[in-house]
Amino acid sequence: MATFSAPADLSAALVMTPTPLVDWLVILPVAWCILTGAVLMMLRHRVRAHAVLAVPAPVLLVALNAALLAHVAVSGPVTMVVGRWLPPFGIAFTVDLTGALFALTAGIVALAGSVAALDDIDDSRRRYGFYPFLMLLMAGVNGAFLTGDIFNLYVWFEVLLISSFGLLVLGSERGQIDGAVKYGFLNLIATTLFLIATGLLYGVFGTLNMADIALKAEAAPDRIPLMTLTALFALAFGMKAAAFPVNFWLPASYHTPRIVVSALFAGLLTKVGIYALIRVGVMLLPMSLDRLSPMLSLVAVLTMLTGAFGALAQTDIRRLLGFLVVSGIGAMLAGIALGGPDGIGGAIFYALHSIVVMTALYLAAGLAARCGGSFSLAALGGLYRSHPGLSALSLMLVFSVSGLPPFSGFWPKVMLVKTAIDGGVWWLAASLLLAGFLTLIATARIFLLAYWRPLPGVAAVAAGEGPGCPVAVFWPLVALTALSLCVGLFPEPMLGLIRTAAASLIDPAAYIRSVFPQGLAP
Amino acid sequence: MEPIFAVLVGLFFAAAVYLLLSKFIIRVLLGVAILGNAVNLAIFASGRILRDVPPVIGAGLDVSAGPTANPLPQALILTAIVISFSFFSFLLVLSWRAYRVMGTDNTDEMRVAEPEGEAPPPLRY
Repeated sequence: MATFSAPADLSAALVMTPTPLVDWLVILPVAWCILTGAVLMMLRHRVRAHAVLAVPAPVLLVALNAALLAHVAVSGPVTMVVGRWLPPFGIAFTVDLTGALFALTAGIVALAGSVAALDDIDDSRRRYGFYPFLMLLMAGVNGAFLTGDIFNLYVWFEVLLISSFGLLVLGSERGQIDGAVKYGFLNLIATTLFLIATGLLYGVFGTLNMADIALKAEAAPDRIPLMTLTALFALAFGMKAAAFPVNFWLPASYHTPRIVVSALFAGLLTKVGIYALIRVGVMLLPMSLDRLSPMLSLVAVLTMLTGAFGALAQTDIRRLLGFLVVSGIGAMLAGIALGGPDGIGGAIFYALHSIVVMTALYLAAGLAARCGGSFSLAALGGLYRSHPGLSALSLMLVFSVSGLPPFSGFWPKVMLVKTAIDGGVWWLAASLLLAGFLTLIATARIFLLAYWRPLPGVAAVAAGEGPGCPVAVFWPLVALTALSLCVGLFPEPMLGLIRTAAASLIDPAAYIRSVFPQGLAP
Repeated sequence: MEPIFAVLVGLFFAAAVYLLLSKFIIRVLLGVAILGNAVNLAIFASGRILRDVPPVIGAGLDVSAGPTANPLPQALILTAIVISFSFFSFLLVLSWRAYRVMGTDNTDEMRVAEPEGEAPPPLRY
């Protein structure tokens, strides 16, 4: 028998105490999504069973995300490592307030989409896997928000991307195939750029753990080309977020799938890019992001204005909304370029607002098309008389997306404009206001043409007549609009959370302490 | 070793970008395939190329006796290969389907989702 050397000290490499039960919340949203996705995949051909699982699964996801947010809000960033390996060797899931806020909002939108899909997605599309794709998409989205490892972030990007491909081509109509080609190629190139940047980052720092990178980047010597890396990350995430000049894939593809799929994409996907830019740019590489900020401001202005002007020129409501998604991304980029607690906070708040409101706008467009028979502004009309409830909701959403009080779009815009004026960047403030004004014109035109104007040559339809709104789409729309209204009326709790979130991104000491509780790794 | 690899990676990227700029889907696809390989080589080189022994700890030892090669870049590349392969196969099928449906692989002529000459929205009623 061989003689063994003295046993190695395992506590140097492994977590020796069991994870506290409440910390499992960090991993549960992702695990739950993958689990239900797998179960739904097995039940692929039993479409009746999908409807039974489709609502409880996202309800529990929202509950888990809400519990996680509460936990993080009380006890600060929480870390869980995979396989007990201590960071930076093991893959860490680290959740701070920003990640938890994004995850909860995404969960709420997924629930709304899942309920709306009960009506909008037919049996054949369910058989081809709508619900499994939806849950796996949520696994990717949650994973991206909750992970603390940059290569892991790349993997979650790919998980959500491949699920989004599945959702986008579901039904295989000609337009969908056309849209999917452009969406697919450009997004794949974007994630490849992200992978290049990650590989180079690893080459420079020799670590993939975000907390470890944040520490090492702070003390990095000048010869390290951090500027190049940051620019590469900004390009990759800008492409995912549809920032000018790499935004053309979005209006080319988002109007092609079923309206529920468009709604989920408009809410979730681009914001994952913004979240990643905030996480990597603001937390990991803040010095070089500062030097990049004039460039980023210019991109933000151009994104806001191309989006808004593009929206003005559209006849199809869905394509109009696609341009509005782009315009909103510009406002978030403006916040990131401005920096500081209010700039970053404004960007986060705008992103959360945009997740909810863009999804709601697409759902409303779907209902307008269901009731009015078309997505074209030239053909719609008279919905105000026949569907007063839907019209009221649409008008509220028009106000919210344009940043008018008393809705959730108002506060982030105030934060951003105020930060821009305080910082002396008057042209950024002016573009934010101009983009908001143009958005109001574009969306008010929807309201005017589709809802307010009487249809020429058709006898007026009284309220309650004509095709009814499907309840499965109407009530999620009511809930999302109510959420936007509530946040607009009572912004204090939200603003408090967001200020804390932005402050802890700018000074990630608590994040780092949560990853390395015993002090620094060797 | 690294300078040679750097030049090779540069050549791969140049070829990939050239192909990606094409109008024809099939060339773009080839560009995507080459781009994936270029990235993998770049990660491999950024993990440093050394003539060290494989990172296997001998029998009866708790830590390796001498320096070993870094296994992490290979693990990263393996993940990236699997992902890029699956994406490439998806895009291949999608492109073939697009060619069948639209009768062209010229991206300039793929205007089903965004038809040319659409009327602007009505300005008054």
